[in-house]
Amino acid sequence: MPEARVIPLRQDGGGPRQRSRPAPRRASRPGVGSLQERTAAARGLGGGTDEVTDAGQTLDAPAGELAALPTPGPTELEARVAEVGEFLQRRLTGRYTVDDFGFDRDLTEHVVMPLLRPLYEKWFRVETIGTENVPLSGGALLVANHSGTLPLDALMTTVAAHDDLPVPRHLRMLAADLVFGLPGVGAAARKAGHTLACNADAEALLSAGELVGVWPEGFKGIGKDFADRYKLQRFGRGGFVSAALRCGVPIIPCSIVGAEEIYPKIADLGAVARLLGVPYFPITPTWPLLGPLGLVPLPSKWYIEFGEPIHTESYEPGAADDPMLVFNLTDQVRENIQQTLYRLLAGRRNAFLG
Amino acid sequence: MSEAPSVVLVTGVSRFLGGHLAARLAADPSIERVLGVDTTPPSREMRRRMGRAEFVRVDIRNPLIGKVISTAKVDTVVHASLSGNPGASGGRSMMMEMNVIGTMQLLAACQRSETVRRLVVKSTSAVYGASRRDPATFTETTEPKAIPPGGYAKDAVEIEGYVRSFSRRRPDIPVTTLRFVNLIGPRIDTSFVRYFSLPVVPVVLGYDARVQLLHEEDAVAVLERAAAQDLPGVFNVGGAGVLMLSQAIRRAGRLSLPIPQPAVPLVGRFTRRARLVDFSPEQMRLLNFGRVVDTTKLRTEFGFTPRWTTVQAFDDFVAGRNLRPVIDPATWGKAQDAALAVARALPSRA
Repeated sequence: MPEARVIPLRQDGGGPRQRSRPAPRRASRPGVGSLQERTAAARGLGGGTDEVTDAGQTLDAPAGELAALPTPGPTELEARVAEVGEFLQRRLTGRYTVDDFGFDRDLTEHVVMPLLRPLYEKWFRVETIGTENVPLSGGALLVANHSGTLPLDALMTTVAAHDDLPVPRHLRMLAADLVFGLPGVGAAARKAGHTLACNADAEALLSAGELVGVWPEGFKGIGKDFADRYKLQRFGRGGFVSAALRCGVPIIPCSIVGAEEIYPKIADLGAVARLLGVPYFPITPTWPLLGPLGLVPLPSKWYIEFGEPIHTESYEPGAADDPMLVFNLTDQVRENIQQTLYRLLAGRRNAFLG
Repeated sequence: MSEAPSVVLVTGVSRFLGGHLAARLAADPSIERVLGVDTTPPSREMRRRMGRAEFVRVDIRNPLIGKVISTAKVDTVVHASLSGNPGASGGRSMMMEMNVIGTMQLLAACQRSETVRRLVVKSTSAVYGASRRDPATFTETTEPKAIPPGGYAKDAVEIEGYVRSFSRRRPDIPVTTLRFVNLIGPRIDTSFVRYFSLPVVPVVLGYDARVQLLHEEDAVAVLERAAAQDLPGVFNVGGAGVLMLSQAIRRAGRLSLPIPQPAVPLVGRFTRRARLVDFSPEQMRLLNFGRVVDTTKLRTEFGFTPRWTTVQAFDDFVAGRNLRPVIDPATWGKAQDAALAVARALPSRA
């Protein structure tokens, strides 16, 4: 049943998605192959002949349907109207369920994801690498670098986890308390399945078998100057490692390249930030110079690489209370992400073309 | 194993929870006597329901309560009178008096008593407060991040403090403290129930709270179980699952009226003056952030699983109160049919 619901909504984005989806799979092994592929894609931006034949092939297969297109056309529209109508009815009468964290799967799949998808596919042209490293079921902790002044990197990672994994998964992020105090934003974050970054919530989600995302650099990472781009900041106090150890779930290092360039922060108005009660008030080449136009992120080309999982189930039960072990594991994760970032950056020729 | 109670004293019997508990205990032939105390006599219907339970009109703030306990040789005390409903308690300061001073007096009487061997205290999950820095679910050991600023929640925090010092002084008496989430059901009357009964429900703009509810019948059943055997400790009591505030309003067929945060106290004052709903500032914070408690300890250690989930309890409340939707749900169906007809009429895009 969810299949039937999801397919029509994606239909209008279906063309490019089908083209872009095989690409990350082929590029799933970082190495010479993927690099060639990336440079090839960069040279003939827009895909050139290769992409057209690709799309042609996918359309060729159901040739029978193509011939019969005039008749199913209106029924497809009807199906979409019926589906949207059903969705609205469900929303207006409250016939949907949320979990204890306030996660609203219905809303996330039908509204949040379709809103983020154009940004993911068209604007940032996100390429995912190493999707086979993310377990298809069970608890896992995804640890990523944070950047970009606004947490678009986190939002794009949720789309990656939903769209580019063989089985769609909902990434449950751990966010700062500031998020939940903001009107509108806090409620939306809860509905999209995110919760406060604290050990109680992390462990509750992990032991319930959820894929949990954490950005341990926090504000230090997302609010760093453009000059410090791709330099990892301190990884919090290692709380995420102890949560993973306690639940015995693997840690998946995740490296995001491209998010640093979306809003290059060249200065910070500390006084304004204090006045507004936020950790920083960024000045970018376009913000606040161009007003609301400055909020449009620059269209950098993104890569999200999921690294080899670091397994924690072999440690003895008390391991989470051993600060030395926690520090070492934190460093290991941090090093892993930093090295991957360098490698991805070395393979990238241009921040906007890839 | 713990002894079955023979003489039970229930406070707050003129209210829903105390009255129904007294009725349930009176129906149990193994219990010798059930004494119900309150400042106002229970309604006629409630008295009939209570059957052989005796009503003693006594103010628990008065030392007389000690005499009642000693002359009747009460062995089990169920303190169910904690109220968060200032309208029914004669104003806010009166409510605080009844809650805090009443509990102190009752505990003092229990401490002196030689017959009391079990104490059950009704508390509230409001003791956890509600803030943006709180975890998604509260366990019994979670420290509140924001101490409730006043009103009902502060009363409950103080009461729990007195109960803790009581158990230090009388370690031989097992004390059960039950932290209830908001109660709902077709018969109970709380400010929460009145809130959802408004045709247009004010909500805080930009916030959508998670709401956890407990069915009134489950609440009575939990108290009954606690009165019947020794189950010392603090337990969260709530139904399984969560409703979003907006979702609950839609399920009840009400319309929500988003109010910007700065205007919320103003609207609160208005609904109180208009005698619609009397919401304490603490309950208004609840509407911002919501509160969900972890009931694992209730299910495993206490051995009780609520029969109604949050959603079922809410639906029972909507059905039992005969809340008629402001907008008929059939309208949405008609709108969809109309849209489908338009879609069919459109020329096909070949």
